[in-house]
Amino acid sequence: MLLGGEVFRSLFTVRLHWDEFIKQLHFIGWKSQVIVLTTGASTGMVFCAQTFFQFHKMKMDNATLTVVGVAMITELGPVLAGLMVAGRVGAAISAELGTMRVTEQIDALRTMATHPVDYLVVPRFLATVIAMPLLTVLAWGVGIAAAYLLSITVLGLEGSYGLRHLYFYVDTQDVLLGCIKALFFGGIIALVGCYRGLNCGEGAEGVGRATNEAVVQSCIAILVSNFFLTLLLRGILYP
Amino acid sequence: MIEAQNISKSFGNNTVLHDVSFKVAEGESLAIIGRSGTGKSVLLKHLIGLLMPDEGTVRVRGVEINNMPERELLAVRRQFGMLFQGAALFDSMDVAENIAFPLRRAGETDEAEIQQRVSEMLRLVEMPGVETKLLSELSGGMRKRVGLARAIVHRPAIILYDEPTTGLDPVVSDSIDQLILRVRDQFNITSIIITHDMRSARRIGQRIIYLRDGQVYLDATAEEVFNSEDLLVSRFVNGEANLKEGVM
Repeated sequence: MLLGGEVFRSLFTVRLHWDEFIKQLHFIGWKSQVIVLTTGASTGMVFCAQTFFQFHKMKMDNATLTVVGVAMITELGPVLAGLMVAGRVGAAISAELGTMRVTEQIDALRTMATHPVDYLVVPRFLATVIAMPLLTVLAWGVGIAAAYLLSITVLGLEGSYGLRHLYFYVDTQDVLLGCIKALFFGGIIALVGCYRGLNCGEGAEGVGRATNEAVVQSCIAILVSNFFLTLLLRGILYP
Repeated sequence: MIEAQNISKSFGNNTVLHDVSFKVAEGESLAIIGRSGTGKSVLLKHLIGLLMPDEGTVRVRGVEINNMPERELLAVRRQFGMLFQGAALFDSMDVAENIAFPLRRAGETDEAEIQQRVSEMLRLVEMPGVETKLLSELSGGMRKRVGLARAIVHRPAIILYDEPTTGLDPVVSDSIDQLILRVRDQFNITSIIITHDMRSARRIGQRIIYLRDGQVYLDATAEEVFNSEDLLVSRFVNGEANLKEGVM
């Protein structure tokens, strides 16, 4: 909470370190594409196949792509992208900052009149918060595309019918819901990763523990907050 | 210039510093010696506000820095340079970027001026032409030199050295000592050095504080310390262990 407050204070009062921000955006956003694309495609296809197998029993085959689309956009996309990014980026952030702490690089920053929150936390926070919605959109796109290809090539569904229904049933609010969740999860990943790194224990064991805690706590926070965000945002976005 | 008054610091039940007081005058070089674990590095970190005392005060040029918010302390720290035990260089940057860091943080935007200052500092520490080297390409002694260059590039009034020669061979240690003396004399910098290396302490310290069990045991000139007839001081500076009593 304190770190979050300090980040928001810094965001509005201290000039952003653009070079560090661009570097982090490249690492967090650009380099996370492979894992998010793989997760999106895999989830889209598996969910599509399983939904089809169940719906087929009830003669509801043509609803498959719509269900996959809505689920990917509102729940699976942001949550799975969040978990993947928490594993990749949250771990990297806490390990990097933890190593900087145990090798006195954080103290060195402070002696050079540099606040660690301004220089290390804010660029990572902003980069993760910006990258997460973009990665989530990528997961949606590839997940739905993979589900579509599977449904027309393997499951024998009518492609244009499925797409028309998808377009009809997915609302702007669903897209907004998914994007807001992704943004929120990005904030969780960055803040937990930075906090664990900046407060890690001594030595290699301390860094290892901080990294582990960052990933576990980010994942739990994403899963728990997802439920409450769904209820809250449903109430706000779907009056 | 710097005044520590009745500093006490504990971590849990472990009292590291107890009622430590001393002053350092402008341009003076003070060496703080003592066995491992007697609180030397903790004391040094109090002087620059990296740690806050449980009791007592630290004043830098008359300004009390105790309990000062971190953002206000940043301005006070602009007067300092610090060489860390492991150099604490940023491993995501090359040599030039490390040395240029304090200049950029101080708002210097003229790239030509920055590069000139970096080259000047590298010549001063006798490492010309290594601007683009990565830290992984540097030895321990070279890292210390780069750390020293980074600590002095913004011309601080006070420089703190945390065990500058630890882990280095005698020849490299000697060269680091010479650099510290050169920096002190060339820029008239107030220097505070934490060291286990008695040869360094004798060469660099105009005044020496012997810290024992978190307290100032002796505060005297280098000559007085090295000629002391006090058994504890004499044993420490001559590196004589008393295994029978289990103490030095």
